Amino acid sequence: MTVKQYKEVLAKPLLEENPITLQILGICSALAVTSNLSVTLVMCVALTSVVSFSNLFISIIRNYIPSSVRIIVQMTIIASLVIVVDELLKAYDYETSKKLSVFVGLIITNCIVMGRAEAFAMKEKPFISFLDGLGNGLGYSIILIAVAIVRELFGAGTLMGYEILPLVSNGGWYPANNLLLLPPSSFILIGLMIWAIRAYKTDQIEPNEYKLSGHATAPDTSKREVNV
Amino acid sequence: MNDSVLKTLTVSFLVCLFCSLVVSYAAVSLRDMQNLNKLNDQRIKILKTAAIYNPEESIASQFTRLTPKFVDFSTGDLLDSYGEYDLNTYDPVYFSKQPDHSTPIPASKDIAIVKNHENIGKIYLLKDSSSNLEKIILPIRGYGLWGTLFGYIAIDKDLNTIKGLEFYAHKETPGLGAEVDNPKWKSLWDGKSIYKDGEVEIEVIKGKVDPSNQMASYQVDGLSGATLTSRGVTNMLVYWFGESGYKETLKNINYDS
Repeated sequence: MTVKQYKEVLAKPLLEENPITLQILGICSALAVTSNLSVTLVMCVALTSVVSFSNLFISIIRNYIPSSVRIIVQMTIIASLVIVVDELLKAYDYETSKKLSVFVGLIITNCIVMGRAEAFAMKEKPFISFLDGLGNGLGYSIILIAVAIVRELFGAGTLMGYEILPLVSNGGWYPANNLLLLPPSSFILIGLMIWAIRAYKTDQIEPNEYKLSGHATAPDTSKREVNV
Repeated sequence: MNDSVLKTLTVSFLVCLFCSLVVSYAAVSLRDMQNLNKLNDQRIKILKTAAIYNPEESIASQFTRLTPKFVDFSTGDLLDSYGEYDLNTYDPVYFSKQPDHSTPIPASKDIAIVKNHENIGKIYLLKDSSSNLEKIILPIRGYGLWGTLFGYIAIDKDLNTIKGLEFYAHKETPGLGAEVDNPKWKSLWDGKSIYKDGEVEIEVIKGKVDPSNQMASYQVDGLSGATLTSRGVTNMLVYWFGESGYKETLKNINYDS
């Protein structure tokens, strides 16, 4: 393993192989926790640490995991890490943990964590698996932070709770766009991001799963024979 | 030979054992801190209900502005001591679940589905600098849609005007029933009256309050999409300000002052 390979494993998931925009994984939490930047940051740290350490631990014991129960073993490790993160949040950042409520627990079901464990950590050595987890966690974080900045800034006129655009309702000039505070708005924002990234990196565009056939004349139904 | 039955069982067992040790260690070692956070959160709610919360100041020192008192629900008396229990740490909700310290409420009277009523409650008095009564903060609870809502309500020294309402724990639907936490909705309560000719008339109505209605000062806008939660809040107030709740206590405070 060379330093170049390490760099590649760390940097690729940031844009080129971003888990959200290329693999379309982890969308659920991207919709749910991005209406407020400070909550999003905590979620990003939580997910990044879970995916990095789950990759590390799974990779350490990868040669001992029986293939018949490997998913269960991976889930046990991931779930334990998530519980530990949840407990830490409740102890050190109670306010945010209340806002995140079930979404910390739902990291267990986040496809990025499971996907990296199954696709990478089961095959590669511990250190590079850790870097892969870190890279994917950061790739997830970049998208979430971008979505959260747009949503909080234009939806509530604030960033990290500080007023940037004074709202009309508080005597300012900016009429808040309430749509941005609702989960569907992140669908639209992530869609726009995927569009932008694929316009720039055209190799990410997937081929159509169907082919349009040439124009054909409709069969003449009036001449169809009817068997009685 | 990773796939033999013995190996499968051994690896699963070891992974589970190790993970359970890590999880229990985290849970046990952080419990004190989490409980402190919960307690502080509840205290912040009490301070917010009393409208004296200042995020810059330490919670413990702000909390000394409030005087806790035991309430004997059978007589309505305010007490300074109750058995061996410490006024500062006494938790009425905990004692409502102890058969020796609580009374089951007959179903016909239990409109808020409180089920067991503690014999001795705890309320907070807020006094001004010359130790005149300013506000009273009363704990309330009752069933909403999915579970019990726990909160505090502040009333003015006239013993009839609501000054604030906060819930510190509930299980209502986010965006619908959980709008009980919405600051705009909570601000609607300020200045509403509770009793009219000795009866509890305060009510969360369906839709918006018509200000020209003569009952307008006894009504609060309903939460749209959360009829059952709104009804639960009404029931809770009718129960806790009624005969089984603080009605007698408030009368006693009236005589005292």
